[in-house]
Amino acid sequence: MADDNLRILPAAHLQRLLDTLCVRGYRTVAPTARDGAVVWETIRSVADLPIGWRDRQEPGCYRLEQTGAQEIFGIVHGPQSLKPFVFAPREPLLQIERSKDGFTARSTVPPSEKVAVIGTRACDLAGLVIQDRIFLKETYQDSYYAARREGLFVVAVNCTRALATCFCSSMDTGPRAHNSFDLALTEVDDQLLVEAGSIAGQEVLSDLFLPPAPESLVAEAAKRIDACARSQVRRLERSRLPSALYDAHAHPRWDTVAGRCLACTNCTMVCPTCFCHAVEETPDLSQQQTTHVRLWDSCFTQEHGYIHGKNIRPTIKDRYRMWLTHKLASWIDQFGISGCVGCGRCITWCPVGIDLTEELPALLTPSEQQSVINRQQEASGG
Amino acid sequence: MVNPYLIHPATIVEKIRESDDINTYRLQLVDEQVRARFRFAAGQFNMVYLFGVGEVAISIVSDPDEPAFLDHTIRIVGRVTKGIAELKSGDVLGIRGPFGQGWPLDEARGRPVVIVTGGLGCAPVVGAIESIFRRRTHYGPVKILHGVKTPHDLLYRERFDAWRHVPDTEVLLTSDQPDKAWHHHVGVVTELFEQVSIDPATSIVLMCGPEIMMRLGVPILMRRGIPATAIYVSLERHMECGIGLCGHCQMGPYFLCKDGPVMRYDRVAQWLGRVGV
Ligand SMILES: Cc1cc2nc3c(=O)[nH]c(=O)nc-3n(C[C@H](O)[C@H](O)[C@H](O)COP(=O)(O)OP(=O)(O)OC[C@H]3O[C@@H](n4cnc5c(N)ncnc54)[C@H](O)[C@@H]3O)c2cc1C
Ligand code: SF4
Ligand code: SF4
Ligand code: FES
Repeated sequence: MADDNLRILPAAHLQRLLDTLCVRGYRTVAPTARDGAVVWETIRSVADLPIGWRDRQEPGCYRLEQTGAQEIFGIVHGPQSLKPFVFAPREPLLQIERSKDGFTARSTVPPSEKVAVIGTRACDLAGLVIQDRIFLKETYQDSYYAARREGLFVVAVNCTRALATCFCSSMDTGPRAHNSFDLALTEVDDQLLVEAGSIAGQEVLSDLFLPPAPESLVAEAAKRIDACARSQVRRLERSRLPSALYDAHAHPRWDTVAGRCLACTNCTMVCPTCFCHAVEETPDLSQQQTTHVRLWDSCFTQEHGYIHGKNIRPTIKDRYRMWLTHKLASWIDQFGISGCVGCGRCITWCPVGIDLTEELPALLTPSEQQSVINRQQEASGG
Repeated sequence: MVNPYLIHPATIVEKIRESDDINTYRLQLVDEQVRARFRFAAGQFNMVYLFGVGEVAISIVSDPDEPAFLDHTIRIVGRVTKGIAELKSGDVLGIRGPFGQGWPLDEARGRPVVIVTGGLGCAPVVGAIESIFRRRTHYGPVKILHGVKTPHDLLYRERFDAWRHVPDTEVLLTSDQPDKAWHHHVGVVTELFEQVSIDPATSIVLMCGPEIMMRLGVPILMRRGIPATAIYVSLERHMECGIGLCGHCQMGPYFLCKDGPVMRYDRVAQWLGRVGV
């Protein structure tokens, strides 16, 4: 039985999707390759897509190469996830002006803009779901995030090729986009399998008047996605989390990894789920007006754990431990879900190639040194 | 959708000098509607904003039954607090709040209350003390144990004096480095535990001050039989947002701005002693 939500679109006709989105008032954004870097850019034409390019990712290494094939979505992902579309790297929160009452503060919640992001991977979609939870479903709702989120239309692409750094299958976040997408595409040679995942997606799909997808295409797409899952060389064993990582607090491996870490913050900046931000004041010269701005922050900075007279996390070891422990352990206690989606960006974009899928098992393997510390602590009643 | 980042102007109706580097600011929200809606619990805090400079987390020290005026006792330590110190009565600060979990005053009803504080750490609990004394008969005996580094650091002298006269209340003070006029105990606050009788089965303990005081003090209280579940501590971490979104105030699985700053000891015990948490 043909699924009404599954349609077929010849890859050569992808422009029709762009045009339809455009007619529906969306700004269409997709990955583009410029000067060896993949960035999200507003595009109007399929010709702007990095057709025939692939990315190779390894610990500490990102490379683009041309394959000669006509593959549209050959690039898996660049440094940026969906995060900047909903949680802006830098955005004004308030515009504050001096007035007769001292001052008047005005919210600068952005108007909701209709943006269609084409080429989102399942891991990033999972990251979006996590950020939705943090910014929209906890005690306080973030109006800025909500405004950006409202206009977002996600065109996901199911992965049929995994990077060496991917481990989404062990995180249950991919390589197939599960939910929260509007449309999902699977590229099978010169055909695209198109699936609607929301009412907005169904509307776009009906505008396109596409024929139902043949069973053979659906089956082939599933086969390739499964093969992609099986091909992943990295994985993260989560069964003992969060407690095992809390218990590893005194493990000597933290010293080893801290010896390599530069506290550059890259891993947190490329992370689809990291939400830390700082608030900054930028007054104009006359001191009559000031903008209250928030910007991404990272637990790798000196200031993150600073309180007057002391720094809670003065060493890189403290900060790497904060990062990994938050991501893989305390996140579960806070939000009922892991803070890691298995996209592998922190491995690729780490200048020294630190790999959490290597660190975690090492940290969860008891070390002789740690057993000594634990025994000492028990002996001292600590 | 209400915007929890929105800052409301509040006039300094009174500025009280507590010591060389500490002032109390009595604030009144300018907007009448915002003022009418503003309710807080003892132990909660506000993000206090200085125009063009920034925001800091500051406990509300006044009585929750009089929410029209919001007292904040602020020590000058850095950029924002220095700037605030230059303001005078009539000037305007900003407020966002109130945030966080306050003291468990309902749970404390009918029970003896032991309050242990160190230095400016007494600020978050002052509102709780006022609140308890307003309903004096609803609570058991109250013991206030307060330690300061030097007599000079003793804030709210008149209040401590007044509290001594409340029925069934003991106030014990101590100073690490006394001067000639000091006629109270000499030493650290934990030494005061020995001078009071505490019924471990029914008492509830409210504690705030430097983390080291809690780390050393709580085990002593627990050795006297007080369960960890009857001990509450107010904790401090870097705070940028106050609403659980900026990530700075984390302690293990908690966001101290919303899960705290007041936390039941058994929930934080395993994190308090850990380096870098
Ligand atoms: C829940 C809570 C209640 C507090 N109540 C009081 C109070 O009643 N009275 C009082 O004097 N102080 C209180 N503090 C401490 C007060 O927030 C800091 O002293 C203040 O942030 C210092 O800011 P600054 O710009 O002057 O100092 P700087 O050293 O220049 O600080 C720079 C920034 O670091 C952060 N920061 C520095 N110290 C602290 C700190 N101790 N806690 C949190 N963030 C910090 C702030 O974001 C600050 O803007 C409280 C802190 C917390 C977390
Ligand atoms: S504390 Fe670190 S790991 Fe956690 S969200 Fe913030 S930057 Fe990311
Ligand atoms: S990217 Fe690598 S070097 Fe940079 S902070 Fe993260 S772990 Fe450390
Ligand atoms: S202060 Fe921002 S999360 Fe707690």
